[in-house]
Amino acid sequence: MRKAVVRYLPLVLLALLWEALSRTGVVSTLALPPLSGVLAAWFRLLKTGDLWANGAASLYRAAAGLALAIVLGGALGIAMAWWRPVNLLLSPFVEIFYPVPKSALIPVTALWLGFGDGSKILLIFLGCMIPVTLAAFNGARGTDQALVWSARSMGASRLRTLWDVVVPSALPELLNGIRTALALSFVLLVSSELIVARSGLGYIIGFLGAGGVYDAMFAVILTVAFLGFVADRIYQLVMRKVLRWQE
Amino acid sequence: MEPAAESRIADSENRMHALTDKLQVSAGKNDSPRVQGGNERCGSQVDIEAVSYLYRPPSGREVLALDNVSLQVRPREFIALLGPSGCGKSTLLYLIGGFLPTVHGTIRIDGKPVAGPGPDRGVVFQHFALFPWKTVRDNVLYGLEKLCVPRKEREDRAQAFIDLVGLSGFENSYPSQLSGGMKQRTAIARTLAIDPEILLMDEPFGALDAQTRGLMQSELLRIWQKSPKTVIFVTHDVQEAVYLAERVVVMSARPGRVKAVVDTSSFDHSEPHIFRSKPFVEKVDEIWDLVRTEVLEAQKVRVP
Repeated sequence: MRKAVVRYLPLVLLALLWEALSRTGVVSTLALPPLSGVLAAWFRLLKTGDLWANGAASLYRAAAGLALAIVLGGALGIAMAWWRPVNLLLSPFVEIFYPVPKSALIPVTALWLGFGDGSKILLIFLGCMIPVTLAAFNGARGTDQALVWSARSMGASRLRTLWDVVVPSALPELLNGIRTALALSFVLLVSSELIVARSGLGYIIGFLGAGGVYDAMFAVILTVAFLGFVADRIYQLVMRKVLRWQE
Repeated sequence: MEPAAESRIADSENRMHALTDKLQVSAGKNDSPRVQGGNERCGSQVDIEAVSYLYRPPSGREVLALDNVSLQVRPREFIALLGPSGCGKSTLLYLIGGFLPTVHGTIRIDGKPVAGPGPDRGVVFQHFALFPWKTVRDNVLYGLEKLCVPRKEREDRAQAFIDLVGLSGFENSYPSQLSGGMKQRTAIARTLAIDPEILLMDEPFGALDAQTRGLMQSELLRIWQKSPKTVIFVTHDVQEAVYLAERVVVMSARPGRVKAVVDTSSFDHSEPHIFRSKPFVEKVDEIWDLVRTEVLEAQKVRVP
């Protein structure tokens, strides 16, 4: 606990500096409303229920898109590493799609699926799939041949070996890829909601900013930052637990 | 090795006799027609006939790794494949294991051509090849699960073999928490637990320090003497080959051919001072002379 306090002390100092700059008028309150005001706005948003409703909508989109990306991207990457024809067929698509800035697809997914959840989920799925696929592919490709042979010589079928040996061998790299995807999902979520949405945290950031309610806008931005931070911390805990055999 | 671990191993050696007998019974091995003794060891269990192997590297020209190798291994014989690195001895082992396809020549196990890997041939690899995400117990259990051994029996068997190799107390450790010697013990326990007819060992002690290697060699010999299996043991260590094997197959530098087959069964392998005994030293010298030219040859190939 004390370690945590020391560790996040710089953040406390930043908060104090923020409050001081804004209160003393060094920075205009229009550009940077005081932190205390932002916190008050946050409680207001919480009480009116705006934060809950929009937060839930956002989390649902991120979770659904990410889950699809993990399942399909992971399966795709491992299949590409295991079956050469799959690799030959799919790797050109991965290579072409890899450098595309996924935010450029926001209008496309909106065109296809409208302003609702579907377009956000599709965008997050498409954006997050690439890092997951690549990580699964690289991880599976790094599988120790002797481990596969070992399993085969103990009676495992080829397909069984895929699940028993290749998937766990790919896991450390795959989990790191998923962590990248997790961060990316927040980026894509907020940017797509800012542009085409009628709900969600990104949507109310844009809405409040356009209406000049800056303290509330900052409150929502801080909420997004905090959610991202918590998601990553939880993910790291889970990852460490899953990979406890690595030491 | 710590003294505590060493005494644990000595202890395990004492328990081994009773254990191996018990395990053989539990595996139903007493039903098999294989009788202890030397007389019915006629015929061959592993029949390698005119096998050549072309290795095709990802880039560059293909290399002839094995050239017309023929060899017969009798049931329950301990045979060593000896040669300089790169002579194709591991390749031959992988062909027997069914990991690589035999294109030129034939390899038969009990008369049937090898069609792929199978639990009749247990393998111990140089770098252990333990599943790092499984504990010692789960590693040993893996093969038994694949063989559909009933739960209670497979747990008992796994424990018995963990005890046999002196790893009691480490059942829940992950391979990353073990020393090299302990990892190889786990790998040996895992392979012995599925009770293969044939044991293929690919320089199993090559990655261990000298003391641990010596200890593991005598343990392996003891296990084999108690419960003989056909063992094909790849090594580049002449002493190790002479100490463990009944016959040593000396292979030539690339392309790998059988240069000589030397009988090494004529002296008592369990004699405590075997390494200083005259017949042993003479045998080692004899084989060293055969190998030396091949090692020089192998190095000539490397340095153009």
